[in-house]
Amino acid sequence: MSHLMGGFQGVLQRIGRSFLENIAVFGRGSLFILSLLSAVPSVLFRMDLLLKQIYIAGVLSLPIILMAGLFVGMVLSLQGYNILVEFNAEEAVGSMTALSLLRELGPVVGALLFAGRAGSALTAEIGLMRSTEQISALEMMAVDPLKFIYAPRFVAVIIALPLLVLIFNALGVFGGYLVSVSWLGVDSGAFWSQMSSQVDWQEDVMNGIIKSVVFGVLIAIIALFQGVNAIPSSEGVSSATTRTVVHSSLGILGLDFILTSIMFN
Amino acid sequence: MTEKAETLIEIKNLTFSRGERKIFDGITLSIPKGKITAIMGPSGSGKTTLLKLIAGQLQPDSGEVYVEGLNIHQLSRKNIYKLRRKMGMLFQSGALLTDLSVFDNVAFPLREHTKLSDEMIYALVLMKLQAVGLRGAKDLMPSELSGGMSRRVALARGIALDPEMIFYDEPFVGQDPITKGVLVKLIQTLNESLGLTSVLVSHDVDEVMLIADYICVISEGKLIAEGTKETLLQESTGYVNQFIHGLPDGPVPFHFPNVSYADDLDRIQGGLK
Repeated sequence: MSHLMGGFQGVLQRIGRSFLENIAVFGRGSLFILSLLSAVPSVLFRMDLLLKQIYIAGVLSLPIILMAGLFVGMVLSLQGYNILVEFNAEEAVGSMTALSLLRELGPVVGALLFAGRAGSALTAEIGLMRSTEQISALEMMAVDPLKFIYAPRFVAVIIALPLLVLIFNALGVFGGYLVSVSWLGVDSGAFWSQMSSQVDWQEDVMNGIIKSVVFGVLIAIIALFQGVNAIPSSEGVSSATTRTVVHSSLGILGLDFILTSIMFN
Repeated sequence: MTEKAETLIEIKNLTFSRGERKIFDGITLSIPKGKITAIMGPSGSGKTTLLKLIAGQLQPDSGEVYVEGLNIHQLSRKNIYKLRRKMGMLFQSGALLTDLSVFDNVAFPLREHTKLSDEMIYALVLMKLQAVGLRGAKDLMPSELSGGMSRRVALARGIALDPEMIFYDEPFVGQDPITKGVLVKLIQTLNESLGLTSVLVSHDVDEVMLIADYICVISEGKLIAEGTKETLLQESTGYVNQFIHGLPDGPVPFHFPNVSYADDLDRIQGGLK
């Protein structure tokens, strides 16, 4: 009996401990976000750092975004064409491709790829900088890592992702054009005119951009926080990197549902 | 040591714990200006933690650390960073920025904190690298350096802004005898020629004895001895004797605390077969 009670107590203790740990993580996260936001204005004075990070996070992510955009657009229009052609509405394939891309697939797939490509790299970089005492060394050289390391990366991600998503969308539309017009013979004029009449600047393009900005903030916060809180060992950095990708991906999909229900309802 | 040298760093009743473990339990010590002070103690006694507390990178549970008369843990973030410009720290690993070359690593604090021209920075960096004997390695990347070279580059970087005090975190660990000799000479000459205050955290007794003006020995969160090397060498009993002379058994037992060996063996049910 006492054995049973002991076991029960152990379970309770574990639940309590993990609850407290989660609250502590939440608290640390909130404090981190606050200090990050307070350091954002300093980025204005260090354009060199910001540009370098935009290059690393944005320009270096271009190949994967270009390829993915092209193929997603091609697949979308191929599937769309196969269905629409049954209703003799294959001219609508242009607007269907563009709307799916601008509203959903561009921001979501772009952000998912970006989290895997740039978010994970960010976490690993910061985790390793911490484990090799580089962050500590910066502090000792009177260089605030918040201003020198974290804030420029935070802003760079938020700037880079919407731009990448726009490029993803453009390539997607181009891919759709290739498949439906050049390959399947949809009329080029109908393809473009349907698209321009159906797509609304505010409703579709802007909402897509807003989504990508929100996803950028989410990825940046998760990637930086995981890097800063990574256990300074190879195992710790690798699991922090994994957590960045998993948490960002789930966060993106969940937030997308919320944003869609607000924007398109 | 001359009588009552001016104190640069003063630690009063410092208490610090990590989780359940108490690392410092009311430690009090002062570090004189212009001297080389060594803080010694066994591995895991919190020597590195003490340096981080002095530099304001960690917050103590209680007690105060005064650097130049300022309580560093009550300073604003801005003022801590201002004070750190007067500090140099040599980390155990060197902690060079891995994406910058040797030259750029040494130039880094100058570029961040001064508005000197490129030519001036070039001249200063060469001067600092010359002082540590690595002018020829200025174009190498940190990954191409040996451990000893990394520490020397880190030392050049540490003195780039001409600090008033410099902290060495285990500078001799894992170095071959020649590198140790080089580091000993460097620490000594830098301290003299730049008029620095050096704080050296180490458990390498031989090297410390060569250069330290003043030695503090800590163990189990407390300061257990302090004085010049002559006074410490005269200790013939107790922990200090064991530590200085590297005796395997003494007040610090050889065995990690445990139940008795016989009790432990008794746990094998039914004996060995």
